Amino acid sequence: MENVIYFDNNATTNVAPEVLEEMLPYLKEFYGNPSSMHSFGGKVHKKLEEAREKVANLLNSSPTEIVFTSCGTESNNFAIRGVLEANPEKKHIITTRVEHPAVLNVCKYLSKKGYDVTFLKVDNKGQIDLDELRDSLRDDTAIVSIMYANNETGVIFPMEKIAQIVKSRGIILHVDAVQAVGKIPIDLSKLPIDLLSSSGHKLHAPKGVGFLYIRRGTKIKPFMLGGHQERGRRGGTENVASIIGLGKACELAMNSFEEEMTKVKGLRDKLENFILENIPYTHVNGDRENRLPNTTNVSFEFIEGESILLMLDKYGICASSGSACTSGSLEPSHVLRAMGVPFTLSHSSIRFSFSRYNKEEEVDRCIQVLPEIIDRLRSISPFWNEKKGKNFKKVEN
Amino acid sequence: MWEYSEKLKDHFFNPRNVGRIDDADAVGEVGSIACGDALKIYLKIRDGVIVDVKFETFGCGSAIASASALTEMIKGKTIEEARKITNKDIAEYLGGLPPQKMHCSVMGWEALDVALKSYEGKGKGVEHVEKEDEGRIVCHCFGVPEGLIKKAIVENDLKSVEEITNYTKAGGGCGSCLMDLEEILKETRREMEFENKVKKCIESEIRPMLMRDGGDVEIVKVEGEKVYLKLKGMCAHCPSSTYTLKAFVEAKLKESVSENLEVLEG
Ligand code: FES
Repeated sequence: MENVIYFDNNATTNVAPEVLEEMLPYLKEFYGNPSSMHSFGGKVHKKLEEAREKVANLLNSSPTEIVFTSCGTESNNFAIRGVLEANPEKKHIITTRVEHPAVLNVCKYLSKKGYDVTFLKVDNKGQIDLDELRDSLRDDTAIVSIMYANNETGVIFPMEKIAQIVKSRGIILHVDAVQAVGKIPIDLSKLPIDLLSSSGHKLHAPKGVGFLYIRRGTKIKPFMLGGHQERGRRGGTENVASIIGLGKACELAMNSFEEEMTKVKGLRDKLENFILENIPYTHVNGDRENRLPNTTNVSFEFIEGESILLMLDKYGICASSGSACTSGSLEPSHVLRAMGVPFTLSHSSIRFSFSRYNKEEEVDRCIQVLPEIIDRLRSISPFWNEKKGKNFKKVEN
Repeated sequence: MWEYSEKLKDHFFNPRNVGRIDDADAVGEVGSIACGDALKIYLKIRDGVIVDVKFETFGCGSAIASASALTEMIKGKTIEEARKITNKDIAEYLGGLPPQKMHCSVMGWEALDVALKSYEGKGKGVEHVEKEDEGRIVCHCFGVPEGLIKKAIVENDLKSVEEITNYTKAGGGCGSCLMDLEEILKETRREMEFENKVKKCIESEIRPMLMRDGGDVEIVKVEGEKVYLKLKGMCAHCPSSTYTLKAFVEAKLKESVSENLEVLEG
């Protein structure tokens, strides 16, 4: 596709050219199995371990604590179910209402299987109440699973405080950091998180690879049984090329935090500020103070998100929406609903998520076409026309 | 991304008949912001013909396209002709809709229905017809009345609760109405089957007999086990028409459809 303006980097990212470069030899000539005894396989093994080191470095952890998986969803399943299996006497789980389905649906499933699950509330900024977390901890709490940063709003949870509260009771803490890894620095030598999930394709590595950080000494059962790969914690021949790509991507991310905080944040802020200042009845969803530098979630009142996306798509601009219509379900985003965002706003929410590969011209192009798109759709909307007319009645939910 | 037809995209990007008619003769408004889509259509009617139509909508791509299509379809039509249009026609006009988007076409159908009823009920003027004749609200999440669910089942030959959700949204929220939907589906399918049997019997056995004597019969409606019929042709004037209905038609239907069936003059 020509002229794609890709503002949907929380959904997936492009593979960095350096990453692809690093991977190619392992898809071509170096096809050996890292478990083999011969030196042809041994060479691959060595490269694999280098990648593990790079991943560990990004989080300031040790390579032996990194287990490669196939994706973020697998990492989340592994973490939660692996801990429960290793601690069968504990029947309580704590998570939040705004988790990604890869955690939420695991927890819902477990609650049907006899586990007691506490789903922590969030306020209208998308933040949890730390007192509620503290009060929910029980002697039989097996695991607390809380995301680092929200995929829809970019809201970052106060992880230091969360970790302190949970660890003061000696309970295992799992963090779904799929959206945070590579975007903001995470230092696991200071942050007492036990398990942390991540996915390659959110940080410019390919799809189909992820990892789970397992702090040394954490009681957890393997999720995938098989060979002795990953020190017996995850059987199955390694996705060698992708893991090597992931290692490279982590190395690149290490050196890009500065760029994330300046360039990427700058692009995000430029678009966001333009919208808020120039398009009436627009609102940013989520805590603007504690947010990923690359994400904005904006509601355009009185119109529906899917129609905005379709119009943007015509100009090659990719974004996503929390509206019901885009998801195939009939309910708008569970995250916005949990935050108490009124229906009027959640149906009209659009998420723009940037990466260091975006350019300022792209933001300018979006700024050029967006007001007209919103105007056009609003001119069709009965609610907008009512709003403009005198007989406007506020629609309450 | 949804698979939208070219025609649908055209109606989305260039919607026809957008706007309002301030002195409309009939207005139909359905949906709400909370439900995620809403549609308001305005009709101008002269001598039983829809001479002008405009719409405003809040919704996704296929909702906007369905509304646009509907206005094109009814413009210049008589009320009688417009009344025959169903959601199926709207979907067809657009070259089909993704299954999960069928409710957009149903919304158009519903708005047209409300508009025409408002016109009939009040003669003229802008009135909002409440959904009272649509029966109780079955799905509270989306405010879907029983009448609409039944209509959608019959018109589109729906066979599962999932399809009901695709067409009417009912059941797509908290899910607490799913049991009710299951019941309504069973009940409606039973009624449909009953009606089909009646139709078949009349077509293949009763009408040929009557037509031999220059008569004919037409089904007016079927309600539960009551079948309302109207004799036509020679039969209509025949002094023994009531006898014909009861002794011949009813007996025949009882025999081939159900013992408890009753034939009435409609
Ligand atoms: S009542 Fe029907 S889905 Fe909630």
